[in-house]
Amino acid sequence: MRAFSDLLDNLIYTRSRNGKLRLISDYLKHAPDPDRGWVLAALTGQLDFPTVKASAVRNMAMERVDETLFKLSRDFVGDTAETVALIWPDNPEGELTEIPSVGQIVDELAAVSRSDAPKLLANLMDRMGSNERYALLKLATGGMRVGVSARLGKIAFALAFDMVVEEIEEVWHALEPPYSELFAWGEGKADRPDLTGVPFFRPFMLAHPLEDKKLDMADYVAEWKWDGIRVQVVGTGRETKLFSRGGDDITPAFPDVADAFKSIGVVDGELLVRGEFQGGEAASFNALQQRLGRKKVSTKMLAEYPAFVRLYDILFDDEADLREQTWAYRRDKLESFVPKLDAERFDISAILEARDFDHLNEIRDGARDAAIEGVMLKLRDSPYISGRKTGLWYKWKRDPLVADCVMMYAQRGSGKRSSFYSDYTFGCWTENGELYPVGKAYSGFTDAELKMLDRFVRQNTLNRFGPVREVEKTMVLEVAFDSIHQSKRHKSGVAMRFPRISRIRTDKPAAEADHVATLKNMIT
Amino acid sequence: MTNAAHWIEPHPHGIYIKPADAWIDPSRAVSRALVTHGHADHARGGHEKVWATPETLAIMGLRYGTNSGCAVPYGDGFELGGVKISYHSAGHVLGSAQILMEYQGERVVATGDYKRRTDPTCAPFEVISCDIFITEATFGLPVFKHPDTADEIQKLLSAKEANSDRCILVGAYALGKAQRVIGELRKAGYDDPIFLHGALEKMCHLYQELGVDLGDIRPVMDTEKEAMLGQIILAPPSALNDRWSRRLPDPVTAMASGWMRVRQRARQRNVELPLIMSDHADWDELTQTIKDVSPSETWVTHGREDALVHWCALNQMKARALEMVGREEEDD
Ligand SMILES: [Zn+2]
Ligand SMILES: [Zn+2]
Repeated sequence: MRAFSDLLDNLIYTRSRNGKLRLISDYLKHAPDPDRGWVLAALTGQLDFPTVKASAVRNMAMERVDETLFKLSRDFVGDTAETVALIWPDNPEGELTEIPSVGQIVDELAAVSRSDAPKLLANLMDRMGSNERYALLKLATGGMRVGVSARLGKIAFALAFDMVVEEIEEVWHALEPPYSELFAWGEGKADRPDLTGVPFFRPFMLAHPLEDKKLDMADYVAEWKWDGIRVQVVGTGRETKLFSRGGDDITPAFPDVADAFKSIGVVDGELLVRGEFQGGEAASFNALQQRLGRKKVSTKMLAEYPAFVRLYDILFDDEADLREQTWAYRRDKLESFVPKLDAERFDISAILEARDFDHLNEIRDGARDAAIEGVMLKLRDSPYISGRKTGLWYKWKRDPLVADCVMMYAQRGSGKRSSFYSDYTFGCWTENGELYPVGKAYSGFTDAELKMLDRFVRQNTLNRFGPVREVEKTMVLEVAFDSIHQSKRHKSGVAMRFPRISRIRTDKPAAEADHVATLKNMIT
Repeated sequence: MTNAAHWIEPHPHGIYIKPADAWIDPSRAVSRALVTHGHADHARGGHEKVWATPETLAIMGLRYGTNSGCAVPYGDGFELGGVKISYHSAGHVLGSAQILMEYQGERVVATGDYKRRTDPTCAPFEVISCDIFITEATFGLPVFKHPDTADEIQKLLSAKEANSDRCILVGAYALGKAQRVIGELRKAGYDDPIFLHGALEKMCHLYQELGVDLGDIRPVMDTEKEAMLGQIILAPPSALNDRWSRRLPDPVTAMASGWMRVRQRARQRNVELPLIMSDHADWDELTQTIKDVSPSETWVTHGREDALVHWCALNQMKARALEMVGREEEDD
């Protein structure tokens, strides 16, 4: 437990990504099993103890500390777990002996009933110092807020055991905490974990923005870029799962789609919702948001927002891995794969018949469907490669200009919005991996989305500066704007004209938001 | 409310002693000022007449050019308008004093700022019994429990050991904290030179003139970048993230302050190495001091009054909060 609480404290005070990587990989290398696996799960947000509630932590503190003194302290500290950790009476015996290990604590937390949870936590805290108490409460209630994404966790693992991160990505989603097979493999004590019959995620192939390049349509093929959620459907015959961009399992939110996929294979497509109001055509991203992130969906919701997948690509046809094959080869396979699927739930993304690049531009400008975000250009000879490799795939978004930005600060609105954090400052990445603010927006979202963003701000506050809150840099906002200009007043060097939030990209990891350099290229 | 000590009036800009026509730590210029210690929220320039310890007068001389003042050594007394006044050590910074006032059989102590633990650079706190105890409450919340100072110094020394290719830049306030960090390092047996930001030099030299041994201290300004590799450097907190620090070899940013107990506070300051070292009493010391002094009434000022007043009520002690201006975030 001591090693974990030290790690957590060091992560809190370490700003650089490399520093964090070094700390985590050192810990993973030296800590014992299963502690390190649980810690890896906790840092990357994969750990959940449903019977341990934040309110239990608060109530438990009230039994030891006067309520007024607790509230005054909580107001000052700003975080309940930290307040409890700091205010908890120290053990009068002084020396702390026999602090249980992370593994023992996880076992106890997982087994405890809701009513016994406060007592368990209190007993553990009595045996700890304030730093361990803080680590315990963060472990138990989640929300480490130390800026470690799942991706960073995997990179740290790769670093610790001198492996390639893509190999870890391959098996990661098939494994459960505390990842003992993964560590055994990393240490060379076991073979690569066996994944037969387990539906698991394969990293997506991604596109670069086209910017002002012109491509030869003899080498590239074009199709629509649909405005939904990029999704991977994995069927093993026994089970089917849906994974989002970051590899999150979103099957529970889309049982209608998963149940309809009976084949064996892995396909890549865009998850869309059929809107009544759109004459059965694909509805916009906002409709899809209604379903995303739900652990359960009602029958009413299934009926109102029926989902389907428009397929772009095929990675596995039955057991055959097609990723080394050319796009043209895979397209053939996809065209014979799709007719075997439920037509209600699966169709194929059409290829655009463009004579040449200028013609494609006309087609793109002529697109009126709200569900079209732009066009994709794919090299006909390219294999399916994880990540973003130059020259293979390009996305060519439709006007207006949009950029994916990361929320940095939020401020209360005025008038009827004064109780909501509705004004957002967002930023893009620099060369050195820092976020620089690029603009501020307070419109473009629905009331329901505003509530969601407001909740995000409150639950992810890092700092308060008067009416302004600095938030955890995890929320990606797609910002639409009319134009962008050079600006000396802003640290980023750019200023947007009429920015507004066009979409909330809960499906997108912050690390994949746009770069300031990309925005600079949009300057007209 | 209370009838106790009707001859003392708390005002937003200071505590007024009516029969003496004098103010304790007034925040505006007055004709007669009794100053507890040299921090800017207690000592200001421009008063006509000042009573303070010789050390505090020297500090005020350095900061405000105040050179007329009545020096009152610890334990000495004088009379002003029938009020017997004496100064007693507060353990906060060099020269810091509690002011004891006796009038018509009533004893009132105003602590100024104080701490209870030992400090190699100043005299220790003295418990003085009284009827009315006017206490500070900078860290007046039960979340504030300052850890053992020696452990924090070890944290600093281990960071120094682990970063021989960098340097450790410690943010510390110019009066008191900077000299205490140096003093505690010396106490721990650390003899290497300690490097100073220009803004700390004069005060450190004044401490040395007043007999506090700080060992080998050197200005950063005259030192080559390479010579500071693996060394400890002190600077005022405002200099931690400014361009001045670019002359240092890849500094690890540390800060010595009681506020470092709260993680988000440390993060706000971009601190990598928080050192929880305070020149103020923590919660346990504040409550213990009230018990030790055991006054018939406690007046709380300077910080988070609410919690301490509430604690007194819980323990059947009489207490009230004084509203003072300009003392919100203390110099710690
Ligand atoms: Zn002070
Ligand atoms: Zn003060």
